[in-house]
Amino acid sequence: MKKKKAESAWPDELHALLADAGVRQVAIVPDAGHARLIKLCEKDQTMRVVRLTSEQEGVALLAGAWLGGDKGVLLMQSSGVGNCINMLAMSIACQFPLLMLVTMRGDHGEFNPAQVPMGNATQAVLEAMGVLVKRADSVAELPEMASGALRLAFNTFRPVALLIGQRLLGAKDFRKLTKSVSE
Amino acid sequence: MSNKLRRREVVETLLAGRGDALVVAGLGAPSWDITHAGDHALNFPLWGAMGGAAMVGLGLALAQPKKRVLVITGDGEMLMGLGSLATIAVQRPRNLAIVVLDNERYGETGMQETHTANGVDLAGMARAAGIAQTLRVNTPAGVSRLKRLIYAGKGALFAQVKVDAEKLPLVLPPRDGALLKNRFRAALLGPDAAHQ
Repeated sequence: MKKKKAESAWPDELHALLADAGVRQVAIVPDAGHARLIKLCEKDQTMRVVRLTSEQEGVALLAGAWLGGDKGVLLMQSSGVGNCINMLAMSIACQFPLLMLVTMRGDHGEFNPAQVPMGNATQAVLEAMGVLVKRADSVAELPEMASGALRLAFNTFRPVALLIGQRLLGAKDFRKLTKSVSE
Repeated sequence: MSNKLRRREVVETLLAGRGDALVVAGLGAPSWDITHAGDHALNFPLWGAMGGAAMVGLGLALAQPKKRVLVITGDGEMLMGLGSLATIAVQRPRNLAIVVLDNERYGETGMQETHTANGVDLAGMARAAGIAQTLRVNTPAGVSRLKRLIYAGKGALFAQVKVDAEKLPLVLPPRDGALLKNRFRAALLGPDAAHQ
């Protein structure tokens, strides 16, 4: 029971971290792994949640946010990383700070073959673009890794991605979902 | 010469007396156009990021709700970021205007046709997405009206301005992205921006 409680609290810790850092614009393409964090950000009057049609919109949005003096964060799953690649050239060329919190698919225990190619390539393609990539695979290390990634992005003016591993999130159980629909 | 609007005259008209408006330009000709009208610290001309100009404008508009934000881009650039019309419509930024200079061509790559040369209606797409004010402009009087609407700042605005597909000498802004970003932030936010 105690372990379960600790696991469910990590989105609250990430929200508190973002709020304390003064993050104002929260750009999202939803992911099940980010569902609770998104709800917390939507309830937070100091944050503006911007739903995107594609993750690359978030890279551009947060460049504009920084031009206007706002800090932001981009929440997405790893499949969306592929959609961002060319837009990240702007983050690099202009030295925009950019924090990306990426929940992994195609990772530990994946069921869906279509998720694996992008999930497997996520770190390599981000690094090929010059994004600094950090990774958390346990709840115990996640808040500290997120805090470090946030400071790295905004203190040194560069895109930083924190990959949140599927071992931490749990893989989606498609077989179970064929039998019942629930949260 | 056709009787169509000329892009640099349109941009000069829209930017004359701009005050403290914040201007983002899509890559290629729109960046040369705003620079032709006068390089300015509150210009952010893009050298890449195709499909991202309107979203840079949205992030800026949300961060600076009291300032007018004007995105000037091309039809090819806007076509690459059509989803952003939906994202912007949902956010309802009152202070954001997007002006597409539509020459129906990819100008930087050899004047190949874009979809707007073959019936695709960008203003109609913006209207269908739910952007509050959408207009199509093809006369000088229409440009004057557009300018009034831009600076009135009553709701998100999208304008498709039909312009001649003329080839013009490039007028280049600085191309160091960090310089463009830092001078913009210093002009908008003051010297403390460097210490944020």
